[in-house]
Amino acid sequence: MENSDALRRNILRRKAVNLVMLSLSTLTALYGLVWLFWILADVVVNGFRFINTDLFLQDPAPPGTEGGGLRHAFLGHFIITALATLMGVPIGIGAGLFFAEYGRHSRFAGYLRSVTDVIVSFPSIVVGTLVYAILVKPVGHFMGISGSVALALLMIPVIAITTDEILRLVPNSLREAGYALGAYRWQVVKDITLPAAKRGILTGVILGIARIAGETAPLLFTSFNSNFLTLNPFEAMASLTVTIFQYAMGPYKEWHGQAWAAAFVLTVGTLLFFMTAKAVVHGMRRYG
Amino acid sequence: MEPPVKIEVRNFNFYYGDFHALKDINLKIYENQVTAIIGPSGCGKTTLLRSFNRMHDLYPGNRYEGEIILYPDGINLIDKDVDPIAIRMRIGMVFQKPNPFPKSVYENVAYGLRIKGIKKKSVLDEKVEEALRAAALWDEVRDRLHENAYSLSGGQQQRLCIARAIAVEPEVLLFDEPTSALDPISTAKIEELVVELKKRLTIVIVTHNMQQAARVSDYTAFMYMGELVEFGPTEKIFTKPESKLTEEYITGRFG
Repeated sequence: MENSDALRRNILRRKAVNLVMLSLSTLTALYGLVWLFWILADVVVNGFRFINTDLFLQDPAPPGTEGGGLRHAFLGHFIITALATLMGVPIGIGAGLFFAEYGRHSRFAGYLRSVTDVIVSFPSIVVGTLVYAILVKPVGHFMGISGSVALALLMIPVIAITTDEILRLVPNSLREAGYALGAYRWQVVKDITLPAAKRGILTGVILGIARIAGETAPLLFTSFNSNFLTLNPFEAMASLTVTIFQYAMGPYKEWHGQAWAAAFVLTVGTLLFFMTAKAVVHGMRRYG
Repeated sequence: MEPPVKIEVRNFNFYYGDFHALKDINLKIYENQVTAIIGPSGCGKTTLLRSFNRMHDLYPGNRYEGEIILYPDGINLIDKDVDPIAIRMRIGMVFQKPNPFPKSVYENVAYGLRIKGIKKKSVLDEKVEEALRAAALWDEVRDRLHENAYSLSGGQQQRLCIARAIAVEPEVLLFDEPTSALDPISTAKIEELVVELKKRLTIVIVTHNMQQAARVSDYTAFMYMGELVEFGPTEKIFTKPESKLTEEYITGRFG
């Protein structure tokens, strides 16, 4: 009898501990979500009312006057990000491939891989100043493309590390099966490991794009800003983030409204991109 | 009368870095016969098997010494000047766990042919069917050739791996404990297949299961601690072994 009493108390105590831990972890999750939704709500409430067709179709009006839009910044942002993706994705995947497949047993690759881990958390403004020193200063003026280079540099380690980690999850027996048939290493990589890892690698690409889509700091010294529409990546180019910064800090009421609208579009745009990309990756066959 | 020799291992030593894994192995693998390699865990039987198709070349720090002569041409297949790719196209392998590629049934079997440069669809179709028939899998998969290989059962996947290996018509097929992950019925099918396949090629099979060695093999090699203890016709090894160690192992006193 005594024994069963002790057992019941033991069970009750463990149930209580379980309840406390569950509540604590739920609270911490809620803490994060509250801020997230607060920010989202703030952007929606303040930004949505300034959305109109002129915002997308017009370039800026003179400061302090009504009307005008941010077409130049939307296009600029798209161009800078797209060029960064074009540069960053192949190099990032290539670096990940090198770490996981070619440099698997080399100490040199191991060092590079550790360095890449550190670069992931590099302050983005430092990357911006670096690109300023090697690309902007020698040329003599700001360029959209130098912004893309800075963003690509931020993206590469993220993609490289996800690619490396995903490729390491591909069972070695699959590679050996390829080699046992007489395949060369590049054939094993191209036909067996890459297809087996493609979903994970695409997730890495999405994470990489997400890393750069909302960056401001690395663009300040590189693509800078512009009040005019340009499609030439070798000129200074406006981006949404830098424009939001400039407009929000500026003295004009019209600017503040447009900054809110731009923030709203950037947020919703990123959200839509994410949802689409995740749905596409999710819908892909695991084994093709 | 002895059948012709397909592979002859002469004074063969193998090292994983500083570890001397195989010591002075001398062994003949006879053509169109099944040779089983048995022995307790860690005795080096898989290491020896993976030397035949130079799998150890994939990892750094491994070293071969001695000769493994492949007939009819009499080349030393572990020689540095011999391309491991060329050897692996002649000596195929089936692994411990079924490891089909993340591709369709058809593409799994066609892969070895494709890397050999065969592109013509009619040739591929014909060779894929032939290999699947030889692996006793055709009737089960003929209507699902373009389904993913992972939709097959474990035993079917292993037979698919056999089909994949024989599609390129190797001279020798290495089996590394091919049934250790399978149920008894799938195991029986694989064993039947091994006996059937020796008509077309030479087979070396590593197994933990002594009954399996007795059932499928013509010759048996018993290894212990990196050395070849005894080699001979399977019947003799299992009924009148010369070494006390072999007798103790096959009667289940250790291992």
